[in-house]
Amino acid sequence: MTVRESSRGDKPDLDWMLLFAAWMIALLATAGSLFFSYVMEFAPCVLCWYQRICLFPLVVILARGLLPFDRGAVRYGLPLAILGWLVAVYHSLVYTGVVPESLLPCSRGVSCMEEYISLFGWLSIPVLSVLAFTTLVAILLTLQRRASP
Amino acid sequence: MKRLIVAVSCVVVVAGFLFAANWFKGRRAERLGFLAQEYASTFVRPHSPTLGAKDAKVFIVEFTDPACETCAVFSPIVKRFMATYPEKIQLVVRYAPFHEGSSGAVRVLEAAKMQGRFWETLELLYSNQHVWTQHHQVFVDRIWQLLPQAGVDLKRLEMDMADPRIAAVIEQDLADAQTLGVRKTPGFFVNGKPLEPFGERPLAALIEAEVRAQYPD
Repeated sequence: MTVRESSRGDKPDLDWMLLFAAWMIALLATAGSLFFSYVMEFAPCVLCWYQRICLFPLVVILARGLLPFDRGAVRYGLPLAILGWLVAVYHSLVYTGVVPESLLPCSRGVSCMEEYISLFGWLSIPVLSVLAFTTLVAILLTLQRRASP
Repeated sequence: MKRLIVAVSCVVVVAGFLFAANWFKGRRAERLGFLAQEYASTFVRPHSPTLGAKDAKVFIVEFTDPACETCAVFSPIVKRFMATYPEKIQLVVRYAPFHEGSSGAVRVLEAAKMQGRFWETLELLYSNQHVWTQHHQVFVDRIWQLLPQAGVDLKRLEMDMADPRIAAVIEQDLADAQTLGVRKTPGFFVNGKPLEPFGERPLAALIEAEVRAQYPD
Protein backbone atom coordinates (compact mmCIF):
# COMPACT_ATOMS: atom_id res chain seq x y z
CA MET A 1 0.00 0.00 0.00
CA THR A 2 3.02 2.30 0.08
CA VAL A 3 2.38 3.23 -3.53
CA ARG A 4 -1.19 4.22 -2.73
CA GLU A 5 0.01 6.31 0.18
CA SER A 6 1.33 8.82 -2.34
CA SER A 7 -2.28 9.80 -3.10
CA ARG A 8 -2.47 11.10 0.43
CA GLY A 9 0.20 13.70 -0.27
CA ASP A 10 -0.49 17.18 -1.45
CA LYS A 11 0.35 16.59 -5.11
CA PRO A 12 -2.58 15.30 -7.20
CA ASP A 13 -1.93 11.88 -8.79
CA LEU A 14 -4.05 9.94 -11.25
CA ASP A 15 -6.35 8.38 -8.62
CA TRP A 16 -7.00 11.75 -7.08
CA MET A 17 -7.64 13.33 -10.48
CA LEU A 18 -10.14 10.62 -11.33
CA LEU A 19 -12.03 11.15 -8.10
CA PHE A 20 -11.83 14.89 -8.67
CA ALA A 21 -13.34 14.47 -12.14
CA ALA A 22 -16.19 12.41 -10.66
CA TRP A 23 -16.81 15.07 -8.02
CA MET A 24 -16.76 17.79 -10.68
CA ILE A 25 -19.39 15.94 -12.72
CA ALA A 26 -21.59 15.52 -9.66
CA LEU A 27 -21.13 19.20 -8.79
CA LEU A 28 -21.91 20.43 -12.30
CA ALA A 29 -24.91 18.12 -12.59
CA THR A 30 -26.22 19.39 -9.25
CA ALA A 31 -25.72 23.00 -10.30
CA GLY A 32 -27.42 22.25 -13.62
CA SER A 33 -30.41 20.59 -12.03
CA LEU A 34 -30.81 23.47 -9.57
CA PHE A 35 -30.54 25.88 -12.50
CA PHE A 36 -33.35 24.09 -14.32
CA SER A 37 -35.66 24.18 -11.32
CA TYR A 38 -34.86 27.52 -9.67
CA VAL A 39 -33.73 29.75 -12.53
CA MET A 40 -35.64 28.34 -15.48
CA GLU A 41 -38.43 27.29 -13.10
CA PHE A 42 -39.02 23.82 -14.51
CA ALA A 43 -40.89 21.73 -11.98
CA PRO A 44 -39.05 18.45 -11.36
CA CYS A 45 -41.10 15.27 -11.86
CA VAL A 46 -41.00 12.30 -9.49
CA LEU A 47 -38.35 10.40 -11.44
CA CYS A 48 -36.19 13.52 -11.47
CA TRP A 49 -36.41 13.61 -7.70
CA TYR A 50 -35.21 10.01 -7.35
CA GLN A 51 -32.22 10.84 -9.54
CA ARG A 52 -31.52 13.90 -7.43
CA ILE A 53 -31.60 11.81 -4.26
CA CYS A 54 -28.75 9.76 -5.76
CA LEU A 55 -26.89 12.74 -7.18
CA PHE A 56 -26.84 15.45 -4.51
CA PRO A 57 -25.13 13.37 -1.76
CA LEU A 58 -22.34 12.48 -4.21
CA VAL A 59 -21.16 16.09 -4.16
CA VAL A 60 -20.55 15.83 -0.41
CA ILE A 61 -19.31 12.22 -0.27
CA LEU A 62 -16.82 12.61 -3.13
CA ALA A 63 -15.55 15.95 -1.82
CA ARG A 64 -14.91 14.28 1.51
CA GLY A 65 -12.87 11.62 -0.31
CA LEU A 66 -10.73 14.28 -1.97
CA LEU A 67 -9.52 16.05 1.17
CA PRO A 68 -7.58 14.04 2.20
CA PHE A 69 -7.71 11.34 -0.45
CA ASP A 70 -9.86 8.46 0.78
CA ARG A 71 -10.72 5.58 -1.48
CA GLY A 72 -13.63 4.76 0.83
CA ALA A 73 -15.58 7.50 -0.96
CA VAL A 74 -15.77 5.17 -3.97
CA ARG A 75 -17.32 2.46 -1.80
CA TYR A 76 -20.02 4.83 -0.61
CA GLY A 77 -20.48 6.75 -3.84
CA LEU A 78 -20.71 3.88 -6.31
CA PRO A 79 -24.06 2.39 -5.11
CA LEU A 80 -25.67 5.83 -5.32
CA ALA A 81 -24.28 6.39 -8.81
CA ILE A 82 -25.53 2.99 -9.99
CA LEU A 83 -29.02 3.55 -8.54
CA GLY A 84 -29.14 7.00 -10.13
CA TRP A 85 -28.04 5.53 -13.44
CA LEU A 86 -30.84 2.95 -13.32
CA VAL A 87 -33.48 5.60 -12.67
CA ALA A 88 -32.02 7.86 -15.36
CA VAL A 89 -32.14 5.06 -17.93
CA TYR A 90 -35.72 4.24 -16.94
CA HIS A 91 -36.63 7.92 -17.18
CA SER A 92 -35.15 8.14 -20.67
CA LEU A 93 -37.12 5.09 -21.76
CA VAL A 94 -40.31 6.69 -20.44
CA TYR A 95 -39.40 9.99 -22.06
CA THR A 96 -38.82 8.48 -25.47
CA GLY A 97 -42.01 6.45 -25.17
CA VAL A 98 -40.41 2.98 -24.98
CA VAL A 99 -42.10 2.47 -21.60
CA PRO A 100 -45.73 3.61 -21.68
CA GLU A 101 -46.53 6.51 -19.36
CA SER A 102 -49.36 4.60 -17.68
CA LEU A 103 -46.75 2.43 -15.95
CA LEU A 104 -45.45 5.51 -14.19
CA PRO A 105 -45.75 6.36 -10.53
CA CYS A 106 -46.02 10.02 -11.51
CA SER A 107 -49.33 10.40 -13.33
CA ARG A 108 -50.18 13.17 -10.87
CA GLY A 109 -48.29 16.44 -10.77
CA VAL A 110 -45.61 17.01 -13.38
CA SER A 111 -45.54 14.40 -16.12
CA CYS A 112 -42.20 12.66 -16.53
CA MET A 113 -42.70 13.03 -20.26
CA GLU A 114 -42.90 16.80 -20.05
CA GLU A 115 -40.40 18.13 -22.57
CA TYR A 116 -38.51 21.13 -21.23
CA ILE A 117 -35.37 21.34 -23.30
CA SER A 118 -34.19 19.60 -26.42
CA LEU A 119 -30.78 20.57 -27.75
CA PHE A 120 -29.84 19.35 -31.21
CA GLY A 121 -33.04 17.33 -31.20
CA TRP A 122 -31.79 14.62 -28.81
CA LEU A 123 -30.17 16.21 -25.75
CA SER A 124 -33.02 16.28 -23.24
CA ILE A 125 -32.82 16.50 -19.45
CA PRO A 126 -33.15 12.70 -18.94
CA VAL A 127 -30.39 12.12 -21.51
CA LEU A 128 -28.16 14.64 -19.71
CA SER A 129 -28.79 12.68 -16.53
CA VAL A 130 -27.90 9.35 -18.18
CA LEU A 131 -24.67 10.87 -19.51
CA ALA A 132 -23.71 12.24 -16.09
CA PHE A 133 -24.47 9.02 -14.21
CA THR A 134 -22.76 6.84 -16.85
CA THR A 135 -19.57 8.89 -16.55
CA LEU A 136 -19.81 8.80 -12.75
CA VAL A 137 -20.24 5.02 -12.65
CA ALA A 138 -17.42 4.53 -15.16
CA ILE A 139 -14.98 6.67 -13.18
CA LEU A 140 -15.88 5.15 -9.84
CA LEU A 141 -15.61 1.61 -11.24
CA THR A 142 -12.19 2.45 -12.68
CA LEU A 143 -11.08 3.71 -9.28
CA GLN A 144 -12.33 0.52 -7.66
CA ARG A 145 -10.48 -1.64 -10.21
CA ARG A 146 -7.26 0.29 -9.64
CA ALA A 147 -7.48 -0.38 -5.92
CA SER A 148 -7.59 -4.20 -6.37
CA PRO A 149 -5.45 -5.16 -9.35
CA MET B 1 -2.54 22.13 -3.79
CA LYS B 2 -5.48 19.73 -3.56
CA ARG B 3 -7.31 22.03 -1.21
CA LEU B 4 -6.73 24.92 -3.57
CA ILE B 5 -8.04 22.98 -6.58
CA VAL B 6 -11.20 21.95 -4.73
CA ALA B 7 -11.79 25.42 -3.32
CA VAL B 8 -11.26 27.17 -6.65
CA SER B 9 -13.57 24.66 -8.39
CA CYS B 10 -16.32 25.38 -5.86
CA VAL B 11 -15.96 29.13 -6.33
CA VAL B 12 -15.91 28.82 -10.13
CA VAL B 13 -19.05 26.63 -10.23
CA VAL B 14 -20.99 28.83 -7.83
CA ALA B 15 -19.92 32.01 -9.62
CA GLY B 16 -20.78 30.44 -12.96
CA PHE B 17 -24.19 29.47 -11.65
CA LEU B 18 -24.95 32.98 -10.39
CA PHE B 19 -23.68 34.56 -13.59
CA ALA B 20 -25.74 32.24 -15.79
CA ALA B 21 -28.83 32.79 -13.62
CA ASN B 22 -28.44 36.53 -13.91
CA TRP B 23 -27.92 36.37 -17.65
CA PHE B 24 -30.89 34.06 -18.17
CA LYS B 25 -33.29 36.23 -16.16
CA GLY B 26 -32.08 39.36 -17.90
CA ARG B 27 -32.61 37.81 -21.29
CA ARG B 28 -36.11 36.65 -20.36
CA ALA B 29 -37.10 40.10 -19.12
CA GLU B 30 -35.74 41.62 -22.33
CA ARG B 31 -37.57 39.16 -24.53
CA LEU B 32 -40.89 39.73 -22.77
CA GLY B 33 -40.53 43.51 -22.96
CA PHE B 34 -40.54 43.02 -26.71
CA LEU B 35 -43.38 40.50 -26.57
CA ALA B 36 -45.48 43.03 -24.73
CA GLN B 37 -45.62 45.33 -27.72
CA GLU B 38 -46.15 42.75 -30.38
CA TYR B 39 -48.41 40.28 -28.66
CA ALA B 40 -50.41 42.30 -26.15
CA SER B 41 -53.34 39.94 -26.65
CA THR B 42 -51.34 37.17 -24.97
CA PHE B 43 -51.52 39.25 -21.79
CA VAL B 44 -55.11 40.46 -22.02
CA ARG B 45 -57.77 38.30 -23.66
CA PRO B 46 -61.27 39.58 -24.39
CA HIS B 47 -62.67 37.13 -21.80
CA SER B 48 -60.33 38.30 -19.04
CA PRO B 49 -61.98 40.00 -16.04
CA THR B 50 -60.64 43.52 -15.52
CA LEU B 51 -60.95 45.96 -12.66
CA GLY B 52 -60.29 49.69 -12.68
CA ALA B 53 -60.69 52.55 -15.14
CA LYS B 54 -61.24 51.37 -18.71
CA ASP B 55 -58.86 54.01 -20.12
CA ALA B 56 -56.10 53.35 -17.59
CA LYS B 57 -52.75 52.91 -19.28
CA VAL B 58 -51.03 50.71 -16.71
CA PHE B 59 -52.11 47.09 -16.92
CA ILE B 60 -51.33 44.78 -14.03
CA VAL B 61 -51.80 41.30 -15.42
CA GLU B 62 -51.96 38.71 -12.68
CA PHE B 63 -51.87 34.99 -13.37
CA THR B 64 -53.58 33.63 -10.32
CA ASP B 65 -54.66 30.36 -8.80
CA PRO B 66 -57.61 30.79 -6.42
CA ALA B 67 -56.09 28.05 -4.25
CA CYS B 68 -52.67 29.74 -4.07
CA GLU B 69 -51.96 31.26 -0.67
CA THR B 70 -49.54 33.88 -1.95
CA CYS B 71 -52.19 35.03 -4.44
CA ALA B 72 -54.59 35.58 -1.55
CA VAL B 73 -51.93 37.52 0.35
CA PHE B 74 -51.24 39.71 -2.68
CA SER B 75 -54.90 40.50 -3.36
CA PRO B 76 -55.16 43.35 -0.80
CA ILE B 77 -51.67 44.55 -1.76
CA VAL B 78 -52.71 44.95 -5.39
CA LYS B 79 -55.93 46.68 -4.35
CA ARG B 80 -53.84 49.13 -2.33
CA PHE B 81 -51.68 49.96 -5.36
CA MET B 82 -54.83 50.55 -7.37
CA ALA B 83 -56.16 52.90 -4.70
CA THR B 84 -52.84 54.80 -4.75
CA TYR B 85 -53.19 55.48 -8.48
CA PRO B 86 -56.91 55.66 -9.16
CA GLU B 87 -57.83 55.96 -12.85
CA LYS B 88 -54.32 54.91 -13.88
CA ILE B 89 -54.28 51.17 -13.23
CA GLN B 90 -56.26 48.29 -14.65
CA LEU B 91 -56.06 44.87 -13.07
CA VAL B 92 -56.43 41.91 -15.41
CA VAL B 93 -57.00 38.49 -13.88
CA ARG B 94 -55.72 35.45 -15.75
CA TYR B 95 -56.08 31.90 -14.50
CA ALA B 96 -53.18 29.60 -13.76
CA PRO B 97 -54.85 26.81 -11.77
CA PHE B 98 -51.66 24.88 -11.03
CA HIS B 99 -52.98 23.27 -7.84
CA GLU B 100 -54.58 19.88 -8.27
CA GLY B 101 -58.32 20.46 -8.67
CA SER B 102 -58.26 24.24 -8.52
CA SER B 103 -59.67 24.53 -12.04
CA GLY B 104 -62.94 23.59 -10.29
CA ALA B 105 -62.65 26.82 -8.31
CA VAL B 106 -61.95 28.68 -11.55
CA ARG B 107 -65.14 27.26 -13.03
CA VAL B 108 -67.03 28.63 -10.01
CA LEU B 109 -65.44 32.03 -10.61
CA GLU B 110 -66.29 32.06 -14.30
CA ALA B 111 -69.88 31.02 -13.60
CA ALA B 112 -70.11 33.76 -10.95
CA LYS B 113 -68.82 36.21 -13.55
CA MET B 114 -71.86 35.40 -15.70
CA GLN B 115 -73.97 36.69 -12.80
CA GLY B 116 -71.79 39.79 -12.40
CA ARG B 117 -70.40 38.51 -9.12
CA PHE B 118 -66.82 37.79 -10.15
CA TRP B 119 -64.86 40.12 -7.86
CA GLU B 120 -67.04 39.38 -4.83
CA THR B 121 -66.53 35.65 -5.38
CA LEU B 122 -62.78 35.99 -5.90
CA GLU B 123 -62.46 37.93 -2.64
CA LEU B 124 -64.59 35.33 -0.89
CA LEU B 125 -62.43 32.47 -2.19
CA TYR B 126 -59.21 34.20 -1.17
CA SER B 127 -60.32 35.14 2.30
CA ASN B 128 -61.83 31.71 3.02
CA GLN B 129 -59.08 29.65 1.44
CA HIS B 130 -58.62 27.66 4.64
CA VAL B 131 -62.20 26.43 4.34
CA TRP B 132 -61.90 24.87 0.91
CA THR B 133 -58.21 24.02 0.59
CA GLN B 134 -56.12 21.85 2.84
CA HIS B 135 -52.46 20.92 2.37
CA HIS B 136 -52.59 22.17 -1.21
CA GLN B 137 -55.64 20.05 -1.96
CA VAL B 138 -58.81 21.60 -3.28
CA PHE B 139 -62.28 20.67 -2.05
CA VAL B 140 -64.63 22.39 -4.48
CA ASP B 141 -67.74 21.09 -2.69
CA ARG B 142 -66.81 23.16 0.38
CA ILE B 143 -67.10 26.34 -1.70
CA TRP B 144 -70.89 26.01 -2.03
CA GLN B 145 -71.67 26.92 1.57
CA LEU B 146 -69.67 30.16 1.14
CA LEU B 147 -71.13 31.37 -2.13
CA PRO B 148 -74.38 32.93 -0.81
CA GLN B 149 -72.16 35.49 0.96
CA ALA B 150 -71.08 36.75 -2.46
CA GLY B 151 -74.70 37.03 -3.56
CA VAL B 152 -74.42 34.17 -6.02
CA ASP B 153 -77.47 32.26 -7.25
CA LEU B 154 -76.40 28.66 -6.67
CA LYS B 155 -78.91 27.04 -9.03
CA ARG B 156 -77.87 29.21 -11.93
CA LEU B 157 -74.20 28.80 -11.03
CA GLU B 158 -74.42 25.04 -11.17
CA MET B 159 -75.88 25.15 -14.66
CA ASP B 160 -73.40 27.75 -15.91
CA MET B 161 -70.38 25.85 -14.58
CA ALA B 162 -70.87 23.19 -17.25
CA ASP B 163 -70.66 25.79 -20.02
CA PRO B 164 -67.99 24.64 -22.49
CA ARG B 165 -66.87 28.26 -22.91
CA ILE B 166 -65.44 28.11 -19.38
CA ALA B 167 -63.23 25.15 -20.25
CA ALA B 168 -62.02 27.08 -23.29
CA VAL B 169 -61.16 30.10 -21.11
CA ILE B 170 -59.10 27.95 -18.74
CA GLU B 171 -57.33 26.27 -21.63
CA GLN B 172 -56.51 29.61 -23.24
CA ASP B 173 -55.20 31.08 -20.00
CA LEU B 174 -53.02 28.06 -19.30
CA ALA B 175 -51.66 28.23 -22.85
CA ASP B 176 -50.85 31.94 -22.42
CA ALA B 177 -49.26 31.25 -19.04
CA GLN B 178 -46.99 28.75 -20.75
CA THR B 179 -46.16 31.16 -23.57
CA LEU B 180 -45.22 33.84 -21.05
CA GLY B 181 -43.20 31.45 -18.90
CA VAL B 182 -45.49 31.60 -15.86
CA ARG B 183 -44.75 28.53 -13.79
CA LYS B 184 -45.59 29.85 -10.35
CA THR B 185 -48.48 31.89 -9.02
CA PRO B 186 -49.07 34.71 -8.68
CA GLY B 187 -47.39 35.64 -11.95
CA PHE B 188 -47.37 39.40 -12.37
CA PHE B 189 -46.77 41.46 -15.48
CA VAL B 190 -47.01 45.25 -15.50
CA ASN B 191 -47.57 46.46 -19.06
CA GLY B 192 -46.02 43.21 -20.20
CA LYS B 193 -42.93 43.48 -18.03
CA PRO B 194 -42.50 40.44 -15.80
CA LEU B 195 -42.08 40.96 -12.05
CA GLU B 196 -38.48 40.00 -11.38
CA PRO B 197 -37.51 39.34 -8.62
CA PHE B 198 -40.78 38.40 -6.96
CA GLY B 199 -41.96 40.43 -3.98
CA GLU B 200 -44.17 43.23 -2.77
CA ARG B 201 -41.50 45.91 -3.03
CA PRO B 202 -40.30 44.96 -6.51
CA LEU B 203 -43.94 44.99 -7.60
CA ALA B 204 -44.41 48.46 -6.13
CA ALA B 205 -41.27 49.66 -7.91
CA LEU B 206 -42.39 48.15 -11.21
CA ILE B 207 -45.84 49.76 -10.95
CA GLU B 208 -44.41 53.15 -9.99
CA ALA B 209 -41.94 53.07 -12.88
CA GLU B 210 -44.71 52.20 -15.31
CA VAL B 211 -47.09 54.87 -13.95
CA ARG B 212 -44.32 57.45 -14.32
CA ALA B 213 -43.59 56.30 -17.87
CA GLN B 214 -47.25 56.41 -18.96
CA TYR B 215 -48.23 59.59 -17.07
CA PRO B 216 -45.09 61.78 -17.25
CA ASP B 217 -46.61 64.95 -15.73
